[in-house]
Amino acid sequence: MIQINIHSDSDVKSLEIPNDIGINLMELLKAEAYETIEGTCGGMALCATCHVKVTDSIPSLSEPSNDELDMLETLPFIYYESRLACQIKLNEDIQQLNIEIIKN
Amino acid sequence: MSASIQTDIAIIGAGPVGLFAVFEAGLLKMRCHLIDYLPQAGGQLSEIYPKKPIYDIPGYPTVLAQELVDNLVKQAEPFNPGYTFGERIETLEKRDEQDFLLVTNLGTTIEAKAVVIAGGLGCFEPRKPEVEGLTKFENGKGVNYMILDPEQYRNKKLVIAGGGDSALDWAIFLSEVCSELTLVHRSESFRGAPDSVDKVLQLAGQGKINLHLNTNLTSVTGNGKLNSVSLINTKSCEEILVDTDYLVPLFGLSPKLGPLENWGLNISKNAIEVNTDDYSTNISGVWAIGDINTYKNKLKLILCGFHEAALMSHSVYQYIHPGVKYTMKYTTVNGVNSF
Repeated sequence: MIQINIHSDSDVKSLEIPNDIGINLMELLKAEAYETIEGTCGGMALCATCHVKVTDSIPSLSEPSNDELDMLETLPFIYYESRLACQIKLNEDIQQLNIEIIKN
Repeated sequence: MSASIQTDIAIIGAGPVGLFAVFEAGLLKMRCHLIDYLPQAGGQLSEIYPKKPIYDIPGYPTVLAQELVDNLVKQAEPFNPGYTFGERIETLEKRDEQDFLLVTNLGTTIEAKAVVIAGGLGCFEPRKPEVEGLTKFENGKGVNYMILDPEQYRNKKLVIAGGGDSALDWAIFLSEVCSELTLVHRSESFRGAPDSVDKVLQLAGQGKINLHLNTNLTSVTGNGKLNSVSLINTKSCEEILVDTDYLVPLFGLSPKLGPLENWGLNISKNAIEVNTDDYSTNISGVWAIGDINTYKNKLKLILCGFHEAALMSHSVYQYIHPGVKYTMKYTTVNGVNSF
């Protein structure tokens, strides 16, 4: 199972997700109805409408790809922990994720 | 003002679903006119991912996005659709049943018997940074989100914010046009095309661009018209005040529903609610198909949009020709009869 803690405004939601769920973090957040996560391009790192902060993860996530970094670059403000949720695949490589929803 | 464009169906959005709607309507001998804010047909396929392969178009194991668009344009050709590109429909007025007036941001008017909204994600609008006071200086008061006429900046002071290719390219070009050009970027380095990055650094070295890296915009001030921009260096925390005539933040595009939010349509979560019998909206004479509509179990897939276009066309036919019985004809039997 993957433990995911989602911080949004003052609210925290904790989810336990099977590690063979076969979706990415953007799809999970959309399914959980976080409205600021639009995922407009469908997960191709082409629109930056699924920008989140990953404040912690066990183990550490792999580095963002060039495509992801290029897209993050177009945003007016990003953080050290900024990621595109669509590029984070939920699988057995991840045990725990702490993320923060950003108003885009 | 030039004469109105007259058509049977005004299709808002020239993406794959809007284009296929021309074909389906054409089989029923209805003429279409397409309007799109982008400068070309194809919607997000041409604008965002023209070179990406698509795998779920029936009959094509794989097809490039732009190739699909080119084929859809060709498929629609026998029905001679009209196109208005680079304009956005601002107002939709229903004067009577089968009598709609649409007006674009540039004043083009279209009179149609029926309206089909195939707007996909909506209009791509410039992404605006959250900066104190910014919106006060929009609309000709100093803040622009795209550069339409470079001559506007001749011998003026300009601040460009952003670090993408578009910010770099305009900074290079306008450094020769402006009296003073400042480029503000929040990171230490640029990820744009290496040639452009080198050129910007070179121009900064020559004093032709005032380059502020690791710097964010914090506020803008002026008296009716913009006259200065405040910046903060995120490393040294130094605050910087730059006198300027213009500020152009260039942070890419983001899709927004735009003016259609105010047309009286039932909207839920950035999409138009439709009746799945025929994809009609709450306004009689207006249909919505493709990614812009929503209903129970909606799938945002091109192939679903194609299906919606077919059902919509038959419903529009009934609306335009009430009481006329239409017998379903197959293209395999009748071919495609152009007009």
